[in-house]
Amino acid sequence: MTTADAIVSVKDLRKTYGKVTALNGVTFDIRRGETFALLGPNGAGKSTAIEILEGYRDRTSGDATVLGVDPGTGGLDWKARLGIVLQSTGESGNVTVREQLTHFAGYYPNSRSVAEIIAAVGLEEKATTLIRKLSGGQRRRVDVALGIIGRPELLFLDEPTTGFDPESRRQFWQLIRSLKSEGTTILLTTHYLDEAAQLGDRAGIIAGGKLIDIGQIHELGGEEARVPLVRWRQDGVLREERTTEPGRVVASLMTGGREPDELEIVRPSLEDIYLGLVSQHEAARELETVA
Amino acid sequence: MSTTTIPRLPAGRTLRLGASRIRYEVKTYFRQGDSVFFTFLFPLVMLTIFSVAFSEQTFGQDPDGNDVSAASFYLPAMLAAGLLLSGLQNMAIDIAGEKSDGTLKRFAGTPLPVLSYFIGKIGQVLVTGILQAALLLAVAAIAFRVPLPAEPERWFTFAWVFLLGVITSAVLGIALSGLPRSGKSATAVIIPIALVLQFISGVYLGFAQLPEWLQNFASIFPLKWMAQGMRAVFLPSNYESVEVGGSWDLANVALVTGIWFVLGLVVCRLTFRWIRKDS
Repeated sequence: MTTADAIVSVKDLRKTYGKVTALNGVTFDIRRGETFALLGPNGAGKSTAIEILEGYRDRTSGDATVLGVDPGTGGLDWKARLGIVLQSTGESGNVTVREQLTHFAGYYPNSRSVAEIIAAVGLEEKATTLIRKLSGGQRRRVDVALGIIGRPELLFLDEPTTGFDPESRRQFWQLIRSLKSEGTTILLTTHYLDEAAQLGDRAGIIAGGKLIDIGQIHELGGEEARVPLVRWRQDGVLREERTTEPGRVVASLMTGGREPDELEIVRPSLEDIYLGLVSQHEAARELETVA
Repeated sequence: MSTTTIPRLPAGRTLRLGASRIRYEVKTYFRQGDSVFFTFLFPLVMLTIFSVAFSEQTFGQDPDGNDVSAASFYLPAMLAAGLLLSGLQNMAIDIAGEKSDGTLKRFAGTPLPVLSYFIGKIGQVLVTGILQAALLLAVAAIAFRVPLPAEPERWFTFAWVFLLGVITSAVLGIALSGLPRSGKSATAVIIPIALVLQFISGVYLGFAQLPEWLQNFASIFPLKWMAQGMRAVFLPSNYESVEVGGSWDLANVALVTGIWFVLGLVVCRLTFRWIRKDS
């Protein structure tokens, strides 16, 4: 990968608030057209990182470039190429969905059609409803619509589907996939690991201000973390075995000719791997503090 | 790296977006029930109360010996109050609210120029201020039979006092919007300021009846001068002798208000930010 392909490039990013260190040397790149998911527990530094890249916060040290520009000094020309979906806001919403989108479309030199966007976020029936009369999930869809109305090259999605029902979430994923297919680069933070697995090409996991793992979604945690589990019940006791050869283990259980109780082969989900990584990190930190 | 050249945004968009903001602001203003009542209709409500409450009293006589009614006497004061409410009070509360509810944070992430936002706010104050003044004048003339001046020079004075006053008041409102710590405390911080100014500047109480030290203090602020300018337009010419110094002193109306306008602009330029970066 060359730097010219990197839409976002972050090197040794640090952010401190007084004595508190929110980000402690984070390094990653996001390539053109890629969807990168930033995962991590609350307070881990995800939002600080994303807000530095959006230009909302200044960094303490380290390098950051977004679309070839330092986000701390990006001007209006730069902002015209970004789409930002913030965590939910509490605006008064005294305009209709269509009025709001039409107004914001005017800010951008090459905006999308308002009708198309309203359809894409599934708000056709609410187009002439005041935003303050919408439900939480519907308001969130307006936020997403405002984020993409300007045809951004880079889209920031900070916990975009909070408050969505399962059906809306799936519709939203479809929308993001269509943006991806048009070549939009996306930086996503989410608490839903299935969402990261569905949409992300690569992911980084932040905990305690540090990037504890980064890679293709299907590589996170390394080989070790993906070793399947064989689980069954024997003499009333739940047994499990981690093995790279689950078939052989299952076959060996069959020696008595009797079907093992509650037999299952479990491949760790992204969520299992994520939780494993975060708890390992926390355990290591506790050890450090003790020592 | 030279692969990405950032396309320049077209010129003239600051003004175009400013015009678009004015439409948006005016539309949302009238959909906000509480602001319509407390800033837009408030001077009209007060004029009605004064006119009805003091309907049996007279407030002096014009040079032809006709009695001056309460409505006539309070009309210029309520026009001045309207300038302060539509501008300063409305702007300061409105923007403090937008700061804390995330509206400004959203703008910060879009290519909307700050200047377009200001044009939208000042335009909104101008439009609502004109409608408010027109409504006050219409109700005063039709319902309370206030004789309106016939001389063109008086209307000329009205035009410049009004325009200078409304724009200064709007700019000061933007400047003051940084004062409240949150949107919730904005009304509690701003309304007392506006109210005290109205009481000491000759809006509710006759300015000539205030003690001299208070008159001197109030003369620092622009509202006293705006109210004086409005009296020069609407009160009979024999009332000029009641003024401090026996004169409408329009030169100082322009000067003091103008100084506050410039001061407000400087404060806006120095202190206004979409967001506080590290709060």
